[in-house]
Amino acid sequence: MSDDRSCDVAIVGGGLVGLSLALALAGAGLEVIVIDRETPANTAADAADGRSSAIAWGSQRVLAALGIWDALGPHAAAIDDIRVSDGTSRLFLHYDHADVADHPLGYIVENRHTRRALQAAAATRPRLRWLAPMGVAAIADGPAARRLVLADGSQIAARLVVGCDGKRSFVRDAAGISAFTHRYGQSGIVATLRHELPHANIAHERFLPAGPFAMLPLPDAAGAHRSSIVWTEREALIPHLMALDDDAFAAEAGRRFGPWLGALMPEGRRFAYPLEIVHAASYVAPRLALAGDAAHAIHPIAGQGFNLGLRDVAALAECVVDAARVGLDIGAPDVLARYAGWRRVDTMSLLAVTDALNRLFSNDIPALRLARDIGLATVDRIAPLKRLLMRHAMGVVGDLPRLVRGEPL
Amino acid sequence: MADIPDLPPSRSSVDPGEIARFEAMAAEWWDPHGKFAPLHKFNPVRLGWIRDRLVARFGRDPAALRPLEGLRILDIGCGGGLVAEPMARLGAEVVAVDASARNVEIARTHARQSGVDIDYRCGTAEALAEAGERFDAVLSLEVVEHVADPAAFLGNCAALVATGGTLVVATINRTPQAFALAIVGAEYVLRWLPRGTHRWSKFVRPSEVAAALRPTGLEIQAFTGLTYNPLSDRWRLGRDLGVNYMAFATR
Repeated sequence: MSDDRSCDVAIVGGGLVGLSLALALAGAGLEVIVIDRETPANTAADAADGRSSAIAWGSQRVLAALGIWDALGPHAAAIDDIRVSDGTSRLFLHYDHADVADHPLGYIVENRHTRRALQAAAATRPRLRWLAPMGVAAIADGPAARRLVLADGSQIAARLVVGCDGKRSFVRDAAGISAFTHRYGQSGIVATLRHELPHANIAHERFLPAGPFAMLPLPDAAGAHRSSIVWTEREALIPHLMALDDDAFAAEAGRRFGPWLGALMPEGRRFAYPLEIVHAASYVAPRLALAGDAAHAIHPIAGQGFNLGLRDVAALAECVVDAARVGLDIGAPDVLARYAGWRRVDTMSLLAVTDALNRLFSNDIPALRLARDIGLATVDRIAPLKRLLMRHAMGVVGDLPRLVRGEPL
Repeated sequence: MADIPDLPPSRSSVDPGEIARFEAMAAEWWDPHGKFAPLHKFNPVRLGWIRDRLVARFGRDPAALRPLEGLRILDIGCGGGLVAEPMARLGAEVVAVDASARNVEIARTHARQSGVDIDYRCGTAEALAEAGERFDAVLSLEVVEHVADPAAFLGNCAALVATGGTLVVATINRTPQAFALAIVGAEYVLRWLPRGTHRWSKFVRPSEVAAALRPTGLEIQAFTGLTYNPLSDRWRLGRDLGVNYMAFATR
């Protein structure tokens, strides 16, 4: 009764989270099919996605365990130090990696490099089939398997379906899972800037009235010092800023960031993404799970979106593989309940913290400004609290999945 | 492990109402939050121990997902198939028996739905031994504390073990802790099990398992305890054999 279109796990969405999960599961011996509606070469092209992602220390260990860190390392800039400041105030919070560990706090990598490394690995792994470009038309329920009807009319049977298809998840809708959505009325402008002075592996986060402005270190290229900016701005201003020529755009960025890196010059395209929270009412349904943005898209203020997705990957892979190792049904309700319970606490706390940070800092009320400046300066002086916040940013707090601890699956 | 069945074939000789009834009972057995929730919670830990022991005994790859391929395993007292199905998924050729015809039909119904191939039979260890059947591994989990003559029952189990094969016994110790936890706790306080499921006097000490196996030529290689932590709501393996424990014996 088996056909070549049946598998253990069908993953809908072949982006950063979907391919990471596929590598983890196929590496542990499970039969995996990834279905993505985009053409892989297009999604990995330089012009497709200007974003960079923070790779927290824990996430770096996950990527190493998946076998792609060797390819990513040359494209990763270490973050040795994070400086958080409030507008023009001189009071600031300073995270130095030497306070907590003898390794960097994390890394910044441009998404296109991560995508290429994942795609190269996925193309060569046994037990991993990758159908792209290919759409999913329907997902049917069943006692022993879910059936996916693909855009070309063919079908796939899978013991477990995982939706890694982003914040507008088709899988989430098909499973009848509702989602809470909140739009901030802000957009994030993402671009790469060249700058005169070296960044010294320092990440800057400046809280401005319109929203946070982050300057994240990238590796030097072609003799130029580079950083990635995530510039949050009121939606109404976005068309104007996107239309500026390079010199004027650099001047606007410099006005917000300050003179610390010398003259600035944009490299390549700019991108603008509307900012919103999307949170699924449940991360699981019978024989179905959600991971990454399909489960929870958070405000990018703390750079935790991809890290959260990789922790989903590590936890889900562990739950599924633990069940498969002892012969249990990998799509059984108790297996999925363990995943959902494990991830909910971590996600909800980040969701709340990033939302609160944004609400606290995205305004210019004098009393609030004074309070938050004193707050930042206070946190800066309380070493244990600061260490906890740093360890949280590094993704190494709580009951960690084996992959995040740097152990094999 | 990617064989997935189409919907179960309908069998014209069987009353469809009967099938629906057994499917409902199978759903009850296999509901992790239902009547058999304690068994589901307990299951991964005991399965893990059995798997690791069998992998070591038969020199298999511990990282494989079907490490028991080619082994013939008997599950005595299989109930709804909570152990038989995982053993089959791990690659073993599984024969599973239960004295209750109802249980066997429930287990068979669920295996058909799940696409797992298991030879379910209504019967006893004694009858299989008389028929001359032999297995690489015989599993007798949570059964010995329910039979009339534990020593004779273990003797029958042992007779089914092929040369080089193994017997796994899981049961509950006859100790004051077992009375407090397995009877008062599980049946009266937590109400995991119906009252009267277990009788303390029928619990079996590890020394009694060892004594029953000594004349059969089987040698006990290991004991492990299984303990429940109410704070984490998890079972784990440990040295304490005071309540739930398992024995691994080889020929």
